[in-house]
Amino acid sequence: MNGAQDLGGSHGFGPVLPEENEPVFHAEWEKRVFALAMAMGFTGTWNLDGSRAARESLPPAQYLASSYYAIWLEALEAQIRAHGLATPEEMRSGRSVQAPAPIARILTADILEPRFRAGFPSDRPAEAPARFAVGDGVMAKVMNPVGHTRLPRYVRGRMGTVEAVHGAFVFPDSNAYGRGENPVWLYTVGFDAAEIWGPDADFGGRITIAAFEPYLDPA
Amino acid sequence: MAHDHGHSAPHHHGGDHDHGSDLAPVEARVRALESLLVEKGYVDPAALDALVEMYETKVGPHLGARVVARAWVDPAYRERLLADATPAIAELGIGGRGGEHMVVVENTPETHNMVVCTLCSCYPWPVLGLPPVWYKAPAYRARAVIDPRGVLEEFGVALPATTRIAVWDSTAETRFMVLPMRPAGTEGLTEEALASLVTRDAMIGTGLALAPGGKSKP
Repeated sequence: MNGAQDLGGSHGFGPVLPEENEPVFHAEWEKRVFALAMAMGFTGTWNLDGSRAARESLPPAQYLASSYYAIWLEALEAQIRAHGLATPEEMRSGRSVQAPAPIARILTADILEPRFRAGFPSDRPAEAPARFAVGDGVMAKVMNPVGHTRLPRYVRGRMGTVEAVHGAFVFPDSNAYGRGENPVWLYTVGFDAAEIWGPDADFGGRITIAAFEPYLDPA
Repeated sequence: MAHDHGHSAPHHHGGDHDHGSDLAPVEARVRALESLLVEKGYVDPAALDALVEMYETKVGPHLGARVVARAWVDPAYRERLLADATPAIAELGIGGRGGEHMVVVENTPETHNMVVCTLCSCYPWPVLGLPPVWYKAPAYRARAVIDPRGVLEEFGVALPATTRIAVWDSTAETRFMVLPMRPAGTEGLTEEALASLVTRDAMIGTGLALAPGGKSKP
Protein backbone atom coordinates (compact mmCIF):
# COMPACT_ATOMS: atom_id res chain seq x y z
CA MET A 1 0.00 0.00 0.00
CA ASN A 2 1.08 3.56 -0.60
CA GLY A 3 1.32 4.22 3.12
CA ALA A 4 3.63 6.22 5.33
CA GLN A 5 5.94 3.22 5.65
CA ASP A 6 7.13 3.58 2.05
CA LEU A 7 9.78 6.18 2.82
CA GLY A 8 12.52 5.74 0.22
CA GLY A 9 13.45 9.09 -1.33
CA SER A 10 11.22 11.24 0.90
CA HIS A 11 12.59 14.64 1.87
CA GLY A 12 12.30 16.71 5.02
CA PHE A 13 13.07 14.21 7.79
CA GLY A 14 16.30 15.90 8.74
CA PRO A 15 19.61 14.34 9.67
CA VAL A 16 20.13 10.77 10.82
CA LEU A 17 20.68 10.93 14.57
CA PRO A 18 22.68 8.03 15.98
CA GLU A 19 22.62 7.73 19.76
CA GLU A 20 25.85 7.15 21.69
CA ASN A 21 25.93 3.87 23.61
CA GLU A 22 22.40 3.11 22.57
CA PRO A 23 20.66 0.47 24.70
CA VAL A 24 18.79 -2.38 22.99
CA PHE A 25 15.55 -1.09 24.52
CA HIS A 26 14.75 2.39 25.82
CA ALA A 27 12.01 1.51 28.31
CA GLU A 28 10.55 -1.51 30.07
CA TRP A 29 7.42 -1.38 27.95
CA GLU A 30 9.47 -1.63 24.76
CA LYS A 31 10.93 -4.91 26.01
CA ARG A 32 7.48 -6.28 26.72
CA VAL A 33 6.04 -5.14 23.37
CA PHE A 34 8.94 -6.74 21.52
CA ALA A 35 8.58 -10.02 23.42
CA LEU A 36 4.78 -10.06 23.14
CA ALA A 37 4.95 -9.46 19.38
CA MET A 38 7.45 -12.32 18.99
CA ALA A 39 5.47 -14.70 21.21
CA MET A 40 2.09 -13.88 19.66
CA GLY A 41 3.57 -14.25 16.18
CA PHE A 42 4.73 -17.72 17.19
CA THR A 43 1.15 -18.82 17.97
CA GLY A 44 0.58 -19.13 14.21
CA THR A 45 -2.54 -16.97 14.27
CA TRP A 46 -0.94 -14.63 11.74
CA ASN A 47 2.39 -14.38 9.95
CA LEU A 48 5.22 -11.88 9.61
CA ASP A 49 3.73 -10.40 6.43
CA GLY A 50 0.44 -9.89 8.24
CA SER A 51 2.27 -8.05 11.03
CA ARG A 52 4.00 -5.76 8.53
CA ALA A 53 0.64 -5.10 6.84
CA ALA A 54 -0.91 -4.21 10.20
CA ARG A 55 1.92 -1.81 11.06
CA GLU A 56 1.84 0.04 7.76
CA SER A 57 -1.97 0.32 7.93
CA LEU A 58 -1.71 2.89 10.70
CA PRO A 59 -2.89 6.34 9.58
CA PRO A 60 0.15 8.05 8.02
CA ALA A 61 0.30 10.92 10.52
CA GLN A 62 0.19 8.50 13.44
CA TYR A 63 2.79 6.19 11.84
CA LEU A 64 5.26 9.03 11.35
CA ALA A 65 4.73 10.45 14.83
CA SER A 66 5.16 7.11 16.62
CA SER A 67 8.28 5.38 17.84
CA TYR A 68 8.88 1.97 16.35
CA TYR A 69 7.66 -0.05 19.32
CA ALA A 70 4.61 2.19 19.59
CA ILE A 71 3.80 1.16 16.02
CA TRP A 72 4.33 -2.49 16.98
CA LEU A 73 1.98 -2.11 19.94
CA GLU A 74 -0.80 -0.57 17.85
CA ALA A 75 -0.45 -3.28 15.22
CA LEU A 76 -0.31 -6.08 17.78
CA GLU A 77 -3.53 -4.94 19.44
CA ALA A 78 -5.17 -4.57 16.02
CA GLN A 79 -4.17 -8.12 15.05
CA ILE A 80 -5.37 -9.58 18.36
CA ARG A 81 -8.71 -7.87 17.82
CA ALA A 82 -9.02 -8.75 14.14
CA HIS A 83 -8.26 -12.41 14.78
CA GLY A 84 -10.72 -12.66 17.65
CA LEU A 85 -8.13 -13.46 20.33
CA ALA A 86 -9.39 -10.74 22.67
CA THR A 87 -11.72 -7.77 22.69
CA PRO A 88 -10.69 -4.13 23.05
CA GLU A 89 -12.37 -4.09 26.48
CA GLU A 90 -10.32 -7.07 27.62
CA MET A 91 -7.12 -5.44 26.40
CA ARG A 92 -7.99 -2.23 28.19
CA SER A 93 -8.81 -3.89 31.51
CA GLY A 94 -6.17 -6.60 31.31
CA ARG A 95 -8.75 -9.15 32.43
CA SER A 96 -10.11 -12.04 30.41
CA VAL A 97 -13.88 -12.16 29.99
CA GLN A 98 -14.33 -14.44 27.00
CA ALA A 99 -12.92 -17.97 26.81
CA PRO A 100 -9.54 -18.04 25.07
CA ALA A 101 -9.56 -18.70 21.33
CA PRO A 102 -7.68 -21.78 20.14
CA ILE A 103 -4.09 -21.15 19.06
CA ALA A 104 -1.83 -23.49 17.10
CA ARG A 105 1.17 -23.39 19.44
CA ILE A 106 2.72 -21.51 22.31
CA LEU A 107 6.29 -20.29 22.65
CA THR A 108 7.59 -21.68 25.93
CA ALA A 109 10.92 -20.71 27.45
CA ASP A 110 12.39 -24.18 26.92
CA ILE A 111 11.89 -24.15 23.15
CA LEU A 112 12.78 -20.49 22.56
CA GLU A 113 16.50 -20.86 21.85
CA PRO A 114 16.31 -23.93 19.60
CA ARG A 115 13.31 -22.58 17.67
CA PHE A 116 14.82 -19.12 17.13
CA ARG A 117 18.20 -20.65 16.40
CA ALA A 118 16.61 -22.82 13.69
CA GLY A 119 14.80 -19.79 12.28
CA PHE A 120 11.71 -19.60 10.13
CA PRO A 121 12.84 -19.88 6.52
CA SER A 122 10.68 -18.33 3.81
CA ASP A 123 12.01 -20.24 0.81
CA ARG A 124 9.75 -22.90 -0.69
CA PRO A 125 9.90 -25.38 -3.58
CA ALA A 126 9.41 -23.55 -6.87
CA GLU A 127 6.09 -24.15 -8.60
CA ALA A 128 7.28 -22.98 -12.02
CA PRO A 129 10.60 -22.25 -13.75
CA ALA A 130 12.16 -18.84 -13.16
CA ARG A 131 11.12 -16.29 -15.75
CA PHE A 132 14.33 -14.24 -15.52
CA ALA A 133 18.05 -14.98 -15.37
CA VAL A 134 21.06 -13.02 -14.13
CA GLY A 135 21.79 -10.19 -16.56
CA ASP A 136 18.22 -9.85 -17.85
CA GLY A 137 16.82 -6.36 -18.15
CA VAL A 138 13.56 -5.89 -16.25
CA MET A 139 11.11 -3.13 -15.47
CA ALA A 140 9.59 -2.82 -12.00
CA LYS A 141 5.86 -2.78 -12.62
CA VAL A 142 3.78 0.32 -12.25
CA MET A 143 1.33 -0.89 -9.64
CA ASN A 144 -0.50 0.64 -6.69
CA PRO A 145 -2.14 -2.13 -4.68
CA VAL A 146 -4.17 -0.93 -1.70
CA GLY A 147 -2.95 -4.01 0.20
CA HIS A 148 0.48 -5.11 1.40
CA THR A 149 3.29 -5.18 -1.11
CA ARG A 150 7.08 -5.11 -0.93
CA LEU A 151 7.74 -3.17 -4.13
CA PRO A 152 8.71 0.34 -2.99
CA ARG A 153 7.19 3.23 -4.90
CA TYR A 154 10.54 4.73 -5.82
CA VAL A 155 11.41 1.87 -8.20
CA ARG A 156 8.03 1.44 -9.89
CA GLY A 157 8.30 1.95 -13.63
CA ARG A 158 12.13 1.95 -13.53
CA MET A 159 14.44 -0.23 -15.57
CA GLY A 160 16.87 -2.49 -13.78
CA THR A 161 18.98 -5.61 -14.20
CA VAL A 162 18.65 -8.99 -12.52
CA GLU A 163 21.77 -9.48 -10.38
CA ALA A 164 20.86 -12.70 -8.54
CA VAL A 165 18.17 -15.38 -8.57
CA HIS A 166 17.41 -16.54 -5.03
CA GLY A 167 14.84 -19.31 -5.51
CA ALA A 168 11.13 -19.32 -4.72
CA PHE A 169 9.89 -17.54 -1.60
CA VAL A 170 6.59 -16.93 0.18
CA PHE A 171 4.76 -14.10 -1.61
CA PRO A 172 4.00 -11.38 0.96
CA ASP A 173 1.19 -9.77 -1.04
CA SER A 174 -1.05 -12.82 -0.55
CA ASN A 175 0.46 -14.33 2.58
CA ALA A 176 -0.19 -11.16 4.60
CA TYR A 177 -3.92 -11.80 4.32
CA GLY A 178 -3.92 -15.56 4.84
CA ARG A 179 -4.53 -16.06 1.14
CA GLY A 180 -1.74 -18.59 0.75
CA GLU A 181 2.02 -18.58 0.54
CA ASN A 182 1.91 -18.77 -3.29
CA PRO A 183 5.72 -19.11 -3.60
CA VAL A 184 7.23 -17.08 -6.43
CA TRP A 185 10.79 -16.47 -7.60
CA LEU A 186 12.78 -13.83 -5.80
CA TYR A 187 15.51 -11.81 -7.52
CA THR A 188 18.04 -9.17 -6.64
CA VAL A 189 17.41 -6.35 -9.09
CA GLY A 190 19.84 -3.44 -9.42
CA PHE A 191 19.00 0.03 -10.68
CA ASP A 192 21.35 2.87 -11.56
CA ALA A 193 20.83 5.78 -9.19
CA ALA A 194 20.33 8.10 -12.18
CA GLU A 195 17.56 5.86 -13.57
CA ILE A 196 15.64 6.25 -10.33
CA TRP A 197 16.40 9.81 -9.26
CA GLY A 198 17.45 11.59 -12.46
CA PRO A 199 20.75 13.30 -13.12
CA ASP A 200 20.47 15.94 -10.38
CA ALA A 201 20.31 13.34 -7.61
CA ASP A 202 22.68 10.77 -9.08
CA PHE A 203 24.97 9.78 -6.23
CA GLY A 204 27.12 7.62 -8.46
CA GLY A 205 26.13 4.07 -7.83
CA ARG A 206 23.35 1.57 -7.67
CA ILE A 207 20.35 0.66 -5.59
CA THR A 208 19.33 -2.95 -5.35
CA ILE A 209 16.07 -4.36 -4.10
CA ALA A 210 14.84 -7.90 -3.57
CA ALA A 211 11.98 -8.22 -6.05
CA PHE A 212 9.37 -10.95 -6.31
CA GLU A 213 8.68 -12.14 -9.86
CA PRO A 214 5.13 -10.71 -10.05
CA TYR A 215 6.67 -7.25 -9.51
CA LEU A 216 8.72 -7.48 -12.72
CA ASP A 217 8.14 -7.24 -16.46
CA PRO A 218 10.75 -7.95 -19.14
CA ALA A 219 12.52 -4.74 -20.19
CA MET B 1 10.50 14.51 15.06
CA ALA B 2 9.99 12.37 18.08
CA HIS B 3 11.91 9.33 16.95
CA ASP B 4 15.29 9.92 18.31
CA HIS B 5 15.15 8.09 21.56
CA GLY B 6 12.53 5.48 20.98
CA HIS B 7 9.97 6.77 23.43
CA SER B 8 6.34 6.78 22.55
CA ALA B 9 6.12 9.89 20.48
CA PRO B 10 3.26 12.08 21.52
CA HIS B 11 4.91 12.34 24.87
CA HIS B 12 2.79 11.71 27.85
CA HIS B 13 1.52 14.19 30.33
CA GLY B 14 3.16 13.83 33.70
CA GLY B 15 6.46 13.14 32.01
CA ASP B 16 7.94 10.79 34.55
CA HIS B 17 8.10 7.04 34.38
CA ASP B 18 7.27 6.10 37.94
CA HIS B 19 5.97 2.64 38.54
CA GLY B 20 2.96 1.64 40.56
CA SER B 21 -0.17 3.75 40.37
CA ASP B 22 1.39 6.52 38.35
CA LEU B 23 2.24 4.54 35.21
CA ALA B 24 2.50 6.46 31.97
CA PRO B 25 -0.38 5.44 29.70
CA VAL B 26 1.73 3.34 27.39
CA GLU B 27 3.26 1.42 30.28
CA ALA B 28 -0.14 0.72 31.85
CA ARG B 29 -1.49 -0.31 28.47
CA VAL B 30 1.34 -2.76 27.80
CA ARG B 31 1.08 -4.17 31.31
CA ALA B 32 -2.65 -4.79 30.85
CA LEU B 33 -2.05 -6.43 27.48
CA GLU B 34 0.60 -8.73 28.86
CA SER B 35 -1.56 -9.77 31.85
CA LEU B 36 -4.42 -10.55 29.53
CA LEU B 37 -2.38 -12.61 27.07
CA VAL B 38 -0.80 -14.56 29.93
CA GLU B 39 -4.20 -15.17 31.55
CA LYS B 40 -5.60 -16.40 28.25
CA GLY B 41 -2.71 -18.81 27.92
CA TYR B 42 -1.41 -17.38 24.63
CA VAL B 43 2.04 -16.49 25.97
CA ASP B 44 4.41 -17.92 28.55
CA PRO B 45 5.80 -15.17 30.82
CA ALA B 46 9.09 -17.05 31.18
CA ALA B 47 9.47 -17.06 27.40
CA LEU B 48 8.89 -13.29 27.32
CA ASP B 49 11.66 -12.74 29.85
CA ALA B 50 13.94 -15.11 27.94
CA LEU B 51 13.26 -13.28 24.67
CA VAL B 52 14.29 -9.96 26.19
CA GLU B 53 17.37 -11.50 27.76
CA MET B 54 18.36 -13.16 24.49
CA TYR B 55 18.31 -9.93 22.51
CA GLU B 56 19.75 -7.78 25.29
CA THR B 57 22.65 -10.01 26.22
CA LYS B 58 23.30 -12.82 23.74
CA VAL B 59 22.58 -11.74 20.18
CA GLY B 60 24.43 -8.67 18.96
CA PRO B 61 27.05 -7.22 16.63
CA HIS B 62 29.87 -9.09 18.39
CA LEU B 63 28.63 -12.13 16.44
CA GLY B 64 28.82 -10.41 13.06
CA ALA B 65 32.28 -9.15 14.01
CA ARG B 66 33.44 -12.76 14.41
CA VAL B 67 32.22 -13.54 10.90
CA VAL B 68 34.06 -10.54 9.47
CA ALA B 69 37.30 -11.32 11.31
CA ARG B 70 37.19 -14.91 10.09
CA ALA B 71 36.69 -13.72 6.50
CA TRP B 72 39.69 -11.39 6.87
CA VAL B 73 42.05 -14.12 8.01
CA ASP B 74 40.75 -17.08 6.00
CA PRO B 75 40.43 -16.54 2.23
CA ALA B 76 38.58 -19.81 1.68
CA TYR B 77 36.03 -18.82 4.35
CA ARG B 78 35.66 -15.40 2.72
CA GLU B 79 34.85 -17.09 -0.58
CA ARG B 80 32.24 -19.34 1.00
CA LEU B 81 30.74 -16.36 2.83
CA LEU B 82 30.37 -14.27 -0.32
CA ALA B 83 29.08 -17.22 -2.36
CA ASP B 84 26.45 -18.44 0.13
CA ALA B 85 26.44 -16.57 3.40
CA THR B 86 23.89 -18.49 5.49
CA PRO B 87 25.80 -21.80 5.72
CA ALA B 88 29.13 -19.97 6.05
CA ILE B 89 27.82 -17.99 9.03
CA ALA B 90 26.36 -21.20 10.48
CA GLU B 91 29.89 -22.68 10.46
CA LEU B 92 30.58 -20.31 13.38
CA GLY B 93 27.43 -21.44 15.19
CA ILE B 94 25.56 -18.24 14.26
CA GLY B 95 22.16 -18.00 12.62
CA GLY B 96 18.42 -18.13 13.14
CA ARG B 97 15.44 -15.85 13.16
CA GLY B 98 15.86 -12.82 10.93
CA GLY B 99 18.92 -14.29 9.24
CA GLU B 100 17.51 -17.32 7.47
CA HIS B 101 18.58 -16.00 4.07
CA MET B 102 21.80 -14.05 4.51
CA VAL B 103 23.68 -12.19 1.79
CA VAL B 104 27.12 -10.71 2.55
CA VAL B 105 28.37 -7.91 0.33
CA GLU B 106 32.03 -6.93 0.27
CA ASN B 107 33.42 -3.42 0.39
CA THR B 108 36.34 -2.72 -1.92
CA PRO B 109 38.19 0.46 -2.90
CA GLU B 110 35.81 0.59 -5.90
CA THR B 111 32.48 -0.14 -4.17
CA HIS B 112 31.06 0.79 -0.78
CA ASN B 113 27.93 -1.07 0.32
CA MET B 114 25.22 0.29 2.61
CA VAL B 115 22.13 -1.53 3.89
CA VAL B 116 18.68 -0.09 4.56
CA CYS B 117 15.07 -1.21 4.83
CA THR B 118 13.00 1.62 3.37
CA LEU B 119 9.68 -0.19 4.02
CA CYS B 120 10.13 -1.25 7.66
CA SER B 121 13.10 -2.38 9.74
CA CYS B 122 14.49 -5.57 8.18
CA TYR B 123 17.93 -6.18 9.67
CA PRO B 124 20.12 -9.28 10.08
CA TRP B 125 19.30 -10.12 13.70
CA PRO B 126 21.55 -13.16 14.24
CA VAL B 127 24.70 -11.25 13.29
CA LEU B 128 23.84 -7.69 14.42
CA GLY B 129 21.11 -8.08 17.05
CA LEU B 130 18.12 -5.74 17.03
CA PRO B 131 18.51 -2.55 14.99
CA PRO B 132 19.28 0.84 16.54
CA VAL B 133 16.49 3.43 16.56
CA TRP B 134 18.04 5.50 13.77
CA TYR B 135 17.98 2.49 11.41
CA LYS B 136 14.18 2.21 11.89
CA ALA B 137 13.44 5.94 11.88
CA PRO B 138 12.20 7.85 8.82
CA ALA B 139 15.32 9.98 8.22
CA TYR B 140 17.59 7.03 7.46
CA ARG B 141 14.94 5.03 5.60
CA ALA B 142 14.09 8.04 3.43
CA ARG B 143 17.61 9.24 2.69
CA ALA B 144 19.76 6.12 2.44
CA VAL B 145 18.51 5.42 -1.08
CA ILE B 146 18.56 8.97 -2.46
CA ASP B 147 21.43 10.62 -0.59
CA PRO B 148 23.73 7.90 0.72
CA ARG B 149 26.80 10.15 0.47
CA GLY B 150 25.11 12.77 2.65
CA VAL B 151 24.15 10.11 5.20
CA LEU B 152 27.69 8.74 5.22
CA GLU B 153 29.09 12.22 5.83
CA GLU B 154 26.84 12.55 8.88
CA PHE B 155 28.37 9.31 10.13
CA GLY B 156 31.81 10.78 9.53
CA VAL B 157 32.54 8.63 6.50
CA ALA B 158 33.94 10.53 3.52
CA LEU B 159 34.48 8.37 0.47
CA PRO B 160 36.37 9.30 -2.67
CA ALA B 161 34.02 10.51 -5.41
CA THR B 162 35.26 7.62 -7.53
CA THR B 163 33.99 5.03 -5.04
CA ARG B 164 30.73 3.63 -6.34
CA ILE B 165 28.00 3.28 -3.73
CA ALA B 166 25.74 0.24 -3.70
CA VAL B 167 22.65 0.59 -1.52
CA TRP B 168 20.83 -2.62 -0.55
CA ASP B 169 17.15 -2.12 0.23
CA SER B 170 15.97 -5.11 2.31
CA THR B 171 12.58 -5.55 0.69
CA ALA B 172 12.22 -9.34 1.20
CA GLU B 173 13.49 -11.99 3.62
CA THR B 174 17.03 -11.79 2.25
CA ARG B 175 19.11 -9.99 4.88
CA PHE B 176 22.30 -8.11 4.13
CA MET B 177 25.54 -7.69 6.02
CA VAL B 178 28.50 -5.67 4.80
CA LEU B 179 31.98 -7.19 4.87
CA PRO B 180 34.07 -4.07 5.55
CA MET B 181 37.61 -3.61 4.25
CA ARG B 182 40.32 -4.78 6.60
CA PRO B 183 42.13 -1.75 8.02
CA ALA B 184 45.78 -1.15 7.20
CA GLY B 185 48.34 -2.05 9.84
CA THR B 186 46.49 -5.11 11.14
CA GLU B 187 48.70 -7.81 9.63
CA GLY B 188 49.91 -9.25 12.92
CA LEU B 189 46.62 -9.13 14.82
CA THR B 190 44.79 -12.19 16.10
CA GLU B 191 41.30 -12.98 14.87
CA GLU B 192 39.92 -11.84 18.22
CA ALA B 193 41.76 -8.52 18.05
CA LEU B 194 40.53 -8.04 14.50
CA ALA B 195 36.93 -8.67 15.58
CA SER B 196 37.22 -5.83 18.10
CA LEU B 197 37.81 -3.43 15.20
CA VAL B 198 34.54 -4.39 13.49
CA THR B 199 31.75 -2.03 14.50
CA ARG B 200 28.03 -2.51 14.05
CA ASP B 201 27.97 0.46 11.69
CA ALA B 202 30.77 -1.03 9.59
CA MET B 203 28.55 -4.05 9.00
CA ILE B 204 25.55 -1.86 8.09
CA GLY B 205 27.77 0.18 5.80
CA THR B 206 27.39 3.49 7.64
CA GLY B 207 30.87 3.12 9.10
CA LEU B 208 34.28 1.66 8.40
CA ALA B 209 36.24 -0.81 10.45
CA LEU B 210 38.38 0.91 13.08
CA ALA B 211 42.08 1.42 12.75
CA PRO B 212 44.06 -0.48 15.38
CA GLY B 213 44.29 1.56 18.57
CA GLY B 214 41.40 3.75 17.41
CA LYS B 215 38.51 4.98 19.45
CA SER B 216 35.66 2.54 19.87
CA LYS B 217 32.46 3.31 18.02
CA PRO B 218 29.10 1.59 17.58
